Amino acid sequence: MTPRAFAKVVTANDLRIGDVVYLTADDRWTRHHHLAELIEDEAHAQMRLLHAIAQKSVIVGAYLADARQGGRGPEPVHFREAFRTRGPSNYAHGKQADHV
Amino acid sequence: MYNYSDFDDAFVRARVAQFAQQVERRLDGSLTEDEFRPLPLMNGLYLQLHAYMLRVAIPYGTVSPRQMRQLAMIADTWDKGYGHFTTRQNIQFNWPKLPDVPAILAALADVEMHAIQTSGNCVRNVTADHFAGAAADEIEDPRPYAELLRQWSTDHPEFQFLPRKFKIAITGSPNDRAVTRAHDIGLRMLRNAAGETGFEVLVGGGLGRTPMIGQVVRDFLPVADLLPYVEALLSVYNSFGRRDNKYKARIKITLHETGKEELSRLIEEKFTELRRQFGGNDQRLLADIRAAFAPPVFRTASTDSFDAFYSADPVFRAWADTNLAPHRHPDYAIVTISLKAHGKTPGDATSHQMRLIADLAERHGHSDLRISHEQNIILPHVHKSDLPALHAALSQAGLATANVGLISDIIACPGMDYCALATARSIPIATQIAQRFKTLDIEHDIGPLKLKISGCINACGHHHVGHIGIPGLDRAGVENYQITLGGDGTQTAVIGEKTGPGFAYSEIVPAVERLILAYLNLRLSPEETFLTTFRRLGMLPFKDALYIEKDAHHAA
Repeated sequence: MTPRAFAKVVTANDLRIGDVVYLTADDRWTRHHHLAELIEDEAHAQMRLLHAIAQKSVIVGAYLADARQGGRGPEPVHFREAFRTRGPSNYAHGKQADHV
Repeated sequence: MYNYSDFDDAFVRARVAQFAQQVERRLDGSLTEDEFRPLPLMNGLYLQLHAYMLRVAIPYGTVSPRQMRQLAMIADTWDKGYGHFTTRQNIQFNWPKLPDVPAILAALADVEMHAIQTSGNCVRNVTADHFAGAAADEIEDPRPYAELLRQWSTDHPEFQFLPRKFKIAITGSPNDRAVTRAHDIGLRMLRNAAGETGFEVLVGGGLGRTPMIGQVVRDFLPVADLLPYVEALLSVYNSFGRRDNKYKARIKITLHETGKEELSRLIEEKFTELRRQFGGNDQRLLADIRAAFAPPVFRTASTDSFDAFYSADPVFRAWADTNLAPHRHPDYAIVTISLKAHGKTPGDATSHQMRLIADLAERHGHSDLRISHEQNIILPHVHKSDLPALHAALSQAGLATANVGLISDIIACPGMDYCALATARSIPIATQIAQRFKTLDIEHDIGPLKLKISGCINACGHHHVGHIGIPGLDRAGVENYQITLGGDGTQTAVIGEKTGPGFAYSEIVPAVERLILAYLNLRLSPEETFLTTFRRLGMLPFKDALYIEKDAHHAA
């Protein structure tokens, strides 16, 4: 079995609202996972994470999350990250509220 | 109920003002994330998966109609129109925005509420029997003692940085409805041979990754010695509790590593020293507090209308059979309002429901309300003649589900739908189980059954003490649900035993169904409860139902 290739996105929560955000390649914070920068180089990922953490008055709790390339852009790998792209399963609250 | 003194009010408002400034400094960038991190936690604010969450303390689960209306106002103004009642008798708001939190805290202060010490390594909200002051089996209302402990532990300078969080539960009844044996300190009221009241003191209970039942360190503590004894206990824990390893920092581990004999000796030694220093001030305070918990003036009226409705209306009868508990006044009943409508999130109430419940408490319940750790709302004092009208009003708002104590009266933590610590979802498992047994229409036939679900090892959903417990885990990147059986959270507390390998998200509801169908076949009579049947037969027949039947089904 070959080890899975390195692929991450930088994610955090919006400092004010708490909503999940992702770092884009052009240094914006997006609410959409598929618009995030998919980072496939480990050293670059660390640099991007440091860049994110430095934005202390915009976001909170930045970290690198596993991702993979999908049809529309990066997709989450783990179910926790998939939930973070939507919101809770008991009410149509959070990001999914925008799609109903 | 207890009303804030000028001191309490000034203290809470000073804390709101402090936190308002801290939030401002965080938002303008003067405080870094690391500098700010401990400050929200001191005020009950967490960053969760999708948003912030504010946990508001409801001391010993007692809340007034006015406070309930304010919680509804907060839900409408700054959240999404609902609140989530927790297994520590608190309420959580799942969607506050950081800049709004100071205003929410100020609104709470307006009705003598706060979110202090609802997180962090301090003494948390003291929980109590939700039937306190009303239960037929009660020796004495435990809430004056709970309030004394609350005042003493709030901002106690010695105990703000304990090795780990610290939870105290208290009951005034021999029948333990407050899970005292699964707390850092459990206090169970007793009478000694001379007829005096005191507490059996249990230490070192707790769930989480190392579940343990508390051990008795004092068979009989006279009520007057409560505060110096608890202070001695905390002081010993503060000195000896481990700070090197978060997973070994709870007092249950201190007890285990030090030994009960030695720990008891250290507590008694410290107690002797401290008792003198209290000098009776605690007793004077207690006397004042006690006056605030005087029982209501019970009404004298005929209960004929209750009897007539009970025999004529089967829907009312079903509700009365499950949702009422014996009151110490023969003409009264304790009403549990189920927040477990089939398919709805356990413990959630909309702002509309909160307002209605506040109105009903004023109209029919001597303005008293309780939150239970089982995530329901209690009207502790309702005259039986008011029950038909109360039931009718609750029915209109989806609050008359007749399922208290049954399989759909599930405790479920927020799980991975909200909680940043969770490893799996728990709410959808709870709603699916409740709906499945409603479809089968057998929950009244099954009878008393406590099913409890947690979305991680930390066990906020108390799964270890569920007759059926379901902890959700992350197994190789997939949600996986184990099953424990035979747990018990009462005075005969037991930690449930694991059945074996867990089940996938789609397999867990059918697995619970197989368990229950097996129980229905195995019980000696409809009166033999699930727990009794399990205690009689042990794990084996239930394991067979869970695993052999599953394999047979797959092979077919």
